[in-house]
Amino acid sequence: MGNPKAFLNINRKEAGYRPVNERIYDFGEVEQTLNPEDRKLQASRCMDCGVPFCHWACPLGNIQPEWQDMVYRGEWKEAYEILTQTNDFPEFTGRICPALCEKACALKLSEQPVTIRENEAAVAERAFTEGMIVPFPPKKRSGKNIAIIGSGPAGLACANQLNRKGHTVTVFEKDESIGGLLRFGIPDFKLNKKIIDRRLSLMEAEGIIFRPSTPVGNNISKIVAAYDAVCLAIGSGHPRDLNVEGRDLKGIAFALEFLQAQNRMFLSTSGPEEKISARGKNVLVIGGGDTGSDCVGTSVRQGALSVTQIEIMPKPPEDHNEETPWPNYPMVLKTTSSHEEGCVRRWSLDTKRFIGENGKINAVEVETVMWQKDGNGRMTMTHTGKTEIIKTDCVLLALGFVHPVLEGLIGTLNVTLDGRKNVLSGAYSETSQRKVFAAGDVTQGASLVVRAIASGRKAAAGIDAFLKGQACFPEPINN
Amino acid sequence: MNMQSVYPKEQGLYIPEFEHDACGVGLLVNISGEKSHEIVEKGLQVLENMVHRGAEGADNKTGDGAGIMIQIPHEFILLQGIPVPEKGRYGTGLIFLPKNNQEQKWCMETIINVLKEHDLNLLAVRDVPVKSEILGDTAREAEPDIKQIFVTGDSSGEDLEKRLYICRKKIEKSVLNSDLRVKRSCYIVSLSTQKIVYKGLLSSLQLREYFPDLTNPYLTSGLSLVHSRFSTNTFPTWDLAQPYRLLGHNGEINTIRGNRTWMEARESLLNPKALGCTINDISPVIQPEMSDSASLDNVLEFFVMSGISLPHALSIMVPESWNDKNPLSSELKAFYEYHSILMEPWDGPATLLFSDGRFAGGMLDRNGLRPARYLITTNNMLVMASEAGVLQFEPSEIKEKGKLHPGKMLIIDTQTGVLYRDEELKETLAQEAPYKEWLDKNRINLEKISSGRTVKNSPKDYSSLLKCFGYTKEDIEKIIIPMCVDGKEPISSMGNDTPLAVLSDKPQRLFSYFRQQFAQVTNPPIDSIREELVMSLTGYIGAMDKNLLEPSADHCKMLKLKSPILTNQAFDILCNLRYKGFQTTTLPMLFKAEEGARGLEKALEELCLKAEKAVDDDYNYIVLSDRGVDETMAPVPSLLAVSAVHHYLISKRKRLQIALIVETAEARENMHYALLLGYGASAINPYLAFGVLDDLVKTKKIYLDFHTAEKNYIKSIDKGLLKIMSKMGISTLRSYRGAKIFEAIGVARSVTDSYFGGTVSKIEGVDLEDIAKETIEAHRKSFEPDQSTQSLENTGQYSYRRNGERHAWNPETISALQLATRMGSYKKFKEFTRLVDEKAEPIFLRDFMKHCNNPIDISLVEPVEAITRRFVTGAMSFGSISKEAHETIAMAMNHLGGKSNTGEGGEDPERYKIHEDGSSARSAIKQVSSGRFGVTAEYLINADELQIKVAQGAKPGEGGQLPGFKVDHVIAKTRHSIPGISLISPPPHHDIYSIEDLAQLIFDLKNINPTARISVKLVSESGVGTIAAGVAKAKADAIIISGAEGGTGASPSSSIKHAGLPTELGLAETQQTLVMNNLRGQVVLQSDGQLKTGKDIITMAIMGAEEFGFATSALIVMGCVMMRKCHLNTCPVGVATQDETLRKRFTGKQEYLINFFTFLAQEVREHLAEMGFTCLDDIIGHTERLTYKPAGANPKAQKIDISKLLFRPDNTGSNALRKTTGQQHQIDAVLDRELVEISGKAIESCKPVQADYTISNTNRSTGAMLSGVIAAKYGNAGLPDNTIRFNFKGSAGQSFGAFLAKGVTFRLEGDCNDYMGKGLSGGRIIVTPPAGVIYAPNENIIAGNTILYGATSGEIYINGRVGERFCVRNSGATAIVEGAGDHCCEYMTGGRTVVLGTVGRNFAAGMSGGIAYVWNPTGDFDYFCNMEMVELSLVEEASDIKDLKTLISRHFQYTQSPLAKRILNNFSEQVEKFIKVMPIEYKKVLHEEKAEALKQKIAQVERDY
Repeated sequence: MGNPKAFLNINRKEAGYRPVNERIYDFGEVEQTLNPEDRKLQASRCMDCGVPFCHWACPLGNIQPEWQDMVYRGEWKEAYEILTQTNDFPEFTGRICPALCEKACALKLSEQPVTIRENEAAVAERAFTEGMIVPFPPKKRSGKNIAIIGSGPAGLACANQLNRKGHTVTVFEKDESIGGLLRFGIPDFKLNKKIIDRRLSLMEAEGIIFRPSTPVGNNISKIVAAYDAVCLAIGSGHPRDLNVEGRDLKGIAFALEFLQAQNRMFLSTSGPEEKISARGKNVLVIGGGDTGSDCVGTSVRQGALSVTQIEIMPKPPEDHNEETPWPNYPMVLKTTSSHEEGCVRRWSLDTKRFIGENGKINAVEVETVMWQKDGNGRMTMTHTGKTEIIKTDCVLLALGFVHPVLEGLIGTLNVTLDGRKNVLSGAYSETSQRKVFAAGDVTQGASLVVRAIASGRKAAAGIDAFLKGQACFPEPINN
Repeated sequence: MNMQSVYPKEQGLYIPEFEHDACGVGLLVNISGEKSHEIVEKGLQVLENMVHRGAEGADNKTGDGAGIMIQIPHEFILLQGIPVPEKGRYGTGLIFLPKNNQEQKWCMETIINVLKEHDLNLLAVRDVPVKSEILGDTAREAEPDIKQIFVTGDSSGEDLEKRLYICRKKIEKSVLNSDLRVKRSCYIVSLSTQKIVYKGLLSSLQLREYFPDLTNPYLTSGLSLVHSRFSTNTFPTWDLAQPYRLLGHNGEINTIRGNRTWMEARESLLNPKALGCTINDISPVIQPEMSDSASLDNVLEFFVMSGISLPHALSIMVPESWNDKNPLSSELKAFYEYHSILMEPWDGPATLLFSDGRFAGGMLDRNGLRPARYLITTNNMLVMASEAGVLQFEPSEIKEKGKLHPGKMLIIDTQTGVLYRDEELKETLAQEAPYKEWLDKNRINLEKISSGRTVKNSPKDYSSLLKCFGYTKEDIEKIIIPMCVDGKEPISSMGNDTPLAVLSDKPQRLFSYFRQQFAQVTNPPIDSIREELVMSLTGYIGAMDKNLLEPSADHCKMLKLKSPILTNQAFDILCNLRYKGFQTTTLPMLFKAEEGARGLEKALEELCLKAEKAVDDDYNYIVLSDRGVDETMAPVPSLLAVSAVHHYLISKRKRLQIALIVETAEARENMHYALLLGYGASAINPYLAFGVLDDLVKTKKIYLDFHTAEKNYIKSIDKGLLKIMSKMGISTLRSYRGAKIFEAIGVARSVTDSYFGGTVSKIEGVDLEDIAKETIEAHRKSFEPDQSTQSLENTGQYSYRRNGERHAWNPETISALQLATRMGSYKKFKEFTRLVDEKAEPIFLRDFMKHCNNPIDISLVEPVEAITRRFVTGAMSFGSISKEAHETIAMAMNHLGGKSNTGEGGEDPERYKIHEDGSSARSAIKQVSSGRFGVTAEYLINADELQIKVAQGAKPGEGGQLPGFKVDHVIAKTRHSIPGISLISPPPHHDIYSIEDLAQLIFDLKNINPTARISVKLVSESGVGTIAAGVAKAKADAIIISGAEGGTGASPSSSIKHAGLPTELGLAETQQTLVMNNLRGQVVLQSDGQLKTGKDIITMAIMGAEEFGFATSALIVMGCVMMRKCHLNTCPVGVATQDETLRKRFTGKQEYLINFFTFLAQEVREHLAEMGFTCLDDIIGHTERLTYKPAGANPKAQKIDISKLLFRPDNTGSNALRKTTGQQHQIDAVLDRELVEISGKAIESCKPVQADYTISNTNRSTGAMLSGVIAAKYGNAGLPDNTIRFNFKGSAGQSFGAFLAKGVTFRLEGDCNDYMGKGLSGGRIIVTPPAGVIYAPNENIIAGNTILYGATSGEIYINGRVGERFCVRNSGATAIVEGAGDHCCEYMTGGRTVVLGTVGRNFAAGMSGGIAYVWNPTGDFDYFCNMEMVELSLVEEASDIKDLKTLISRHFQYTQSPLAKRILNNFSEQVEKFIKVMPIEYKKVLHEEKAEALKQKIAQVERDY
């Protein structure tokens, strides 16, 4: 640890966002960067805890004390190496991770956690811009071929890990471009797509084969037969719907459809299909999560007249939440850069029905609900009967995802599912089908990018063990 | 039960090897050799006056042993009707024989036969009359038949003496090889033409009565040597009473294991020509299964019999310190250096009184920690004893009063009546041979050889090697970098909460399976920094192949090393040295990886054979090397190889003929080097560690050149080795080497027996198979072609890492505990305990235990309050933790009826007041530690328990240091020190060098606060049970067994990891030993060490604990998140910091702690209900309630065997398993009762009182109880000056005027023993020789050692010289004395000391505050002063001159000192001969104070304008 007292003398300093009235006119990344000196000072605030809760809280187990010390000392290359020992893509997580580490940082106790996420992004950028990252193809190939289905963060991490170990990896992607939700889900203003391309070209140079626009679907059996192992990383594609009156009206779309459409704008491959746009509309986003927030930011940039975001749950406390004390992830009010850009946020509203004219939406009826804790400490909802009408001509449903798309690939493969209809996988990420493994949202339900990467790494380790004959797999798991 | 005179066999965790003893000794000699019965009678009186130095067993009647050695009483023998020839023509001695007729017959026949072989006859056998009826039960059951035999032959004098010796050794050997049921039941007490020993399992008072011979007026002698024993055990062993054949020993030989082994190895090089026999006739020289003192006596006797003079032999075995800091002639240094090549010192505290019948005398070891006072009378009598005042004399009868000084001896030839003093004796010895010339011509100094060869520091395959030898990122960053940058070992904080090596699923180096042992109570650790003058790492390596008994220049053909660590350069020179025929051969420490354990075993066998062949081929050096590792060959663990070869060569008697040098990549940290040396390595070349340094330098990770990095690294190893040695009280590497001061934990007995010379291993564990597997695993990794894992792994040994070593305190457990106690949710708390109790893989030994169930209804179980009373919190000082944290704990514990502990740092008297709501922030337990910070009468009286901290779990055997920058005003105030001045806690308590000293401190504390419970805190290690037994016999009310897992605010990392044992082992051993000795009923047993849950408490209770300590868990409840940064003062949660802004972050509340302890108690109740018991008392010590529970999947862990932990001694049926009675403190009749009564008025209404008393050395701790009464009423303010005045005449016992309160003046005419004015709290003590003395007071010793230890205020005036360590840790008292021994003013932090006379070595070591003035007319003071922390100047400032003059005037006023008068008469001239000793830090603080005052003045002036 470079400076044991830094945390006392140096305050947390975030790079902050570009000014609202500038950033809403483009899709460039909203977050700014600190100069290298400030960055070092921020890294110096890390106390190298005897029990680093940040490291524990990180799904990847990033060893923050070790690489932040390197940042403090200006050893960027070493920082990058330490970071990539646990995290394949620090340039992604450094931008979009909700930073569970920072919430668990011991300095969070005094509300000044280390800027771990920004530090991480800085390490990755420094390493890329200074040319420290060069393709490092494996010296020896194992002769084993692996197919990864899906090119989201889980699939990519799995591919990267397996390639490092000398296996030959092919990544199949149904969409026209590689990246999964990284590319089509997350708006550019949070993650510029060039960042993804930069990583992909590196991976390609190291020998990974990408097959975009190649839906596998029913061909899965052939692939299983042709490859030594297969990893399913197709995500959790089935969105949660809101089956109330008027759902079939025009102008109601799933959030992902909306975000995908926007993201496709930047791709030369973008198709000619009808585009959902918020331009000139009063937008209502239903669902108060991160995806909803992305819809807000995107709507603003597209030129919406107004944006409202509603949520069925009550408004969380603003700073502290006794229910989720440190080192847990705090359930508190989260105001994103998108929220700052202009939107009305409301809570405890249940959507009763969609009201339209000529088959087109023009209002939504909502009802205020009340939440109370029952005897077991669980929140229960009661309707108050107090309703109101919200005028809107564009409704975006950001209610999360329920499980993977079961038709096609999964159905054909006939892998065992768990109670929530996710693909059931074991300690080695193996599924009920021999040679077939699973990683990411397809096994755990929709979750964070960082969890997807972790899951991809774990599956890679399982596959490697399987290929080397080290792992004694139990009988195929059955549900 | 059949009680024979033996220790119990090794059983459970008890191992007889660990028995200790300590004692009182005395010697009376008529210098002119006249014989009288008076000498015998007075000898017995001396013994009787030291009865408090011996001890009694649980029956309070059986003594630990007492005896007397006298010259053969020829006339008395004739009067018994035994037809002996004239004096010197026959030999006689007492024999202990078995009671069994047949066995006795066999013994007598054996004796007769052996005598016959040597042309000797058994002239007569006399039944020695004894009074068996006075014995205690235990002693009586084991009483032998005692006979006196008389032996004649056609020889006399020396020749006969030698023959008797050879016969005795042969008889001993026959007995050893016999079928006697109990081998030691036949024992020859002595057999000599000169002297005879009477001894037995008696108390000092019983000796006279038991042997009526001794009171017969015709029994005469010109000398008597007496000894009373204080043993840690109460097992009936008659033969271990002292004196032995030549000596009586008060002390302990710490290096005994090594000394015995080396002696065995040495036998092949001893050809006792002078004895007229071969070594085989008398082998083994050391009689097995005896005490350390007996072994010392055996070897001494062997040397003397082989023709080496008594002083010569003693100087070889127990040499004084002769490094640069000691004023000795170069010839004498050469004498010592020459002999240091032949034999390692027998190191450890020792007062040795000895006699061969003609010569008699005494000596002290190099440290001189045991007292030895003497006086010589005008009628030529010398009395030398552990204490002064053991015999009364008229003042006019005394010619000289003195004491032995460290390393010095004094001998009287009773035949010629000449008294030889040390200097004379030693110079004669030094002249006996041209030692200096021999050394100069033959001994090579490696440092002085240079070579033109270039040596590479970067090994081939560097990164593979790192992996192969298991280097981790932490090894490099947390160990090696601090070592090579700072030149010292890194510091860490909090405890070790990782699994034992055997429970870890990470591959371990073999080193990790060993733990350092350390000294506690029975012998003191040493301060290797402040008392460097006794320490040495110097060694000589080479081959010895000549008869060591013949002085010869050839013995000096050796290589001298200043440090055992060889740089690559030095190692290269050594390997290629051809000088004087030196030859080196290299033996590879490698085995075929694919052959696994079998391959390893084979490699070891071959290595041993090759080593033996190297000896036979006349090589001087064997290099055991693990260079050459490749894909097929894996390295043999270096420790295994070294130890195997070392022990193999010893068994072949060939070890001394060769040096074992280890060239290894494996060793990197201090513990590794200590282990290699402790198991026999002569020197070590850690080439990969140097490779790491080279890499760090080249990659610019450190900004040093290689040479400096290497120098720092070696320096830090040297320091570390000194520290590890000094922990055990060992001063020289020569005696540490091969001494095996370690124990194995989790290693199979098969391995320790085969390769580690029977090192203790109690729970079984890894065998050769596992060791090979772990080695091969690392080896395989290092040669994997995988490119992606270039950098080293961080295995999380120190900090938590998710995939690293498991930690008991991890994010889950920490946050669960905090949440539960904060929310007050028992449900959450159960989640926490589930995480702890049901963890998947075991971390602690307790994880292998479960209790048996037989449920009852929980309502029947005793209430929560009955259980929380048994809870205490750990001793965390105010200073290590913040005020807020400290007080929160105290409030919570007081609320719960438990006890909090002050720790070592005093307590603000404000906290003694009870708040209006009845709550209180007063800590119930006041700790008394080696630094004695803030230990005043008031502090001691405000306690329910006084705890003597002998050792601390995280750093047993070490002291601490609070750097000056952390000592702010508040801390300085509570510690009675000065802000800004560093505070050093010495490793030992300077008033506990032995078990009888501990008894004395307990007595002191009991006197000052009779209502407080006295407890003694020990740390778990093998042998702690026997120490605890000694502590129980020293009358402690409670014993704490701390686990090595315990925490710390700052400690060297290696101590946290590698010293001490888990609490389970120590607790179980203590319980078993106390029960075996039937001492358990007298004491409360408490345990701590990472206790967290109700199950932990239940487990500890069943293993014997009645009370339970919590420290880390309490801190965590208050917000600690285990940053492990306590030592940096940067605790971000305000717990372990003094920083004001950080303290504001403290969010702990007493309610959280109350929740925690209530939950724990509730859980205990649940467990009790499950087990079917209504109260905790019912399960204490009932180990049958615990069973083994297999834990975890780790195959190594499956090999753990905990049966010894659960063992119950046979006699548990009748003996108490928990505290049932109490101690008899014997304070009802102390002199203070009278003093208190007479002072009633004075104390009540401050009316002056005065009285006169006579006093003797049996009046101990005089003044303590009185001061307690005063402090209870008036606090530290005490009474007005001189309110109470007592005049004493005689020899005061130990601790005279201890904690003496303000307003009390003690005036003593006579002399005084050790520890006078201990903890002086404002009182005044005046000591003068009695009127009528004929000697000059300033040339004679009037008071003993360690005066004013930890004094906080008051005055002391001494008209005479005193012993060692005057004013040690004085923080405020004023003292004037007329000469002092070694280490004067050590660790002083305040007050003033004036010495009107010479001082010994090492003056002002560690002195950080206060001022000393030394009258130094000879102008040589600077040699004796340790200049590390002080500055010397003349007394020139007017204020100083005035100060000094006032002090001396007062000295004269109180004592009428003639010397003071002489100085005052001519003060202006004499003042120039004074030297002022001023600590640098103190000077700086005073300077700053002055500057501050000036600044304020200026500000004042400016304001006025």
